[in-house]
Amino acid sequence: MLKRVHFPTSYLPYLLVAPQIIITLVFFIWPASQAMYQSLLIEDAFGLSTEFVWFENFQVLFEDPKYLESFIRTMWFSGAVALLSMGMAIILAGFADRVIRGAMVYRTLLIWPYAVAPVLAGALWVFMFNPTLGIISYFLEGFGIDWNHYLNKSQAMGLVIMAAAWKQVAYNFLFYLAAMQSIPKSVIEAAAIDGAGPLKRFWTIVFPLISPTTFFLIVINAVYAFFDTFGIIHAVTQGGPAGSTNILVYKVYNDGFVGLDLGGSAAQSVILMILVIAMTVVQFRFVERKVEY
Amino acid sequence: MIENRPVLTFLSHLILIFGVAMIAFPIWITFVASTHTDIRMTQVPLPLWPGDQLFVNLNETLIGEGAAGTNNVPVWRMMLNSLVMALSIAFGKIAISLISAFAIVYFKFPFRMMFFWLIFITLMLPVEVRILPTYEVVAKLGLLNSYAGLSLPLIASATATFMFRQVFLTIPDEMLESARIDGAGPMRFFWDILLPLSRTNIAALFVILFIYGWNQYLWPLLITQDTNMTTIVMSIKQLLESAEATPEWNIIMMTALLAMLPPILVVVFMQKLFVKGLTETDK
Repeated sequence: MLKRVHFPTSYLPYLLVAPQIIITLVFFIWPASQAMYQSLLIEDAFGLSTEFVWFENFQVLFEDPKYLESFIRTMWFSGAVALLSMGMAIILAGFADRVIRGAMVYRTLLIWPYAVAPVLAGALWVFMFNPTLGIISYFLEGFGIDWNHYLNKSQAMGLVIMAAAWKQVAYNFLFYLAAMQSIPKSVIEAAAIDGAGPLKRFWTIVFPLISPTTFFLIVINAVYAFFDTFGIIHAVTQGGPAGSTNILVYKVYNDGFVGLDLGGSAAQSVILMILVIAMTVVQFRFVERKVEY
Repeated sequence: MIENRPVLTFLSHLILIFGVAMIAFPIWITFVASTHTDIRMTQVPLPLWPGDQLFVNLNETLIGEGAAGTNNVPVWRMMLNSLVMALSIAFGKIAISLISAFAIVYFKFPFRMMFFWLIFITLMLPVEVRILPTYEVVAKLGLLNSYAGLSLPLIASATATFMFRQVFLTIPDEMLESARIDGAGPMRFFWDILLPLSRTNIAALFVILFIYGWNQYLWPLLITQDTNMTTIVMSIKQLLESAEATPEWNIIMMTALLAMLPPILVVVFMQKLFVKGLTETDK
């Protein structure tokens, strides 16, 4: 839908879009094209000369077992974060949708972790799981579990997944609750009259009807786990121990700013851009489908 | 209520309360830690119940020296930096998105679609994927260690422009026709009709963008070397590192609490706007 009437053309519209276009060009388009250009260069160790090498940086990346490991690790991490946070959110939303009195009170009590910065979420969890002091590692010791995420790879991964999922439950809960509350009550009532119990109603009516929300949230959670979890990783493990939590977005930062491998980091940036574009396309195709419903 | 199942209702409340407790537990532990002395916070097991040092710690953190390892920048200064950054990002994004959406919807001009796509592309370039070259641009412009450098590269946003475009498209054409018959020019129409009509959308977006701006981490981390420009969210990392040598967990957790308080208050007290903003921008 577009407007039928417009203001007469003058210099004014150009003036109005100018601030946004200038910022976009200077801070988005130019750096992105620089990243693409740099990804085709190799700089010598002293930064004195650069050589144009076509796709050698990419070739090196894809032959680097560490990069492929990081890639698979990122997929694994995103999947676990999405599954954990969406699973918790759908359970809580399902019960909150059932209780008529208090659903909004529970919503207030559940949505505020959204406002906690990822690095702070990381700090809270690292404090609770501190191997010598942490309250939870103290309890775990009582069960005979020796917690030390500075040494144990799977414990480190578990900790960042928990911290990342904890923060995202709020967002997923909000969308699931809204989706469930928009299902017409008559549908649920009809099923209840036909003798379907609460669990059966959930699986055969509610769950299929909220599937558009589920698809939408899968994309959003993947984007979140890919890019917004940098702060959590940086605060909790710094990619360690032995690179076991080094996900792609952390690797770009680490190789570029700490390792100073400009070409390699730029090539990784380009790959990440392609991933974001793919996710955006998926999201928009889904949004279009939602309009058709 | 579909049917009366008291046991299930009771179970629902039980599970929800359990869920709330699980979600709130990390914050509770943080709060408890900020109410004890630093000596108590090194004795295992750590307390689960608040102590009586809340105001002592608050005073020490906010005005005093703070924890060791923060290079002695007072916490209030860091909170001020965060506030300036969050407000400039929120106001800046809203302002430039409003006027560019206005131009794209209400004018037909050459290259309109090109501008539209140019803005659209920014959706695909989060700061995390273009950090190094963006850093170089900001360095060349001499904007390191400045509020402009902190906020400008995060200001352009496709989502806000799209949202305002969507809002403007739902405003009936008759509004524009009658405004033009009454002799109103474009800017008059913008100020007196469009802005008042999109007031709640602006407020909802402001809530989301304030949280987004306050919680920025990677970008400020890269471009501020001057400790006077440190934001409060950034400082947590340094504090965690300093905890290895001087474990003043009461002060560290008090700082963390202060760092997350403003956005949490915004979410809790402006919940309606927050939910509206979250669901309408689709992130």
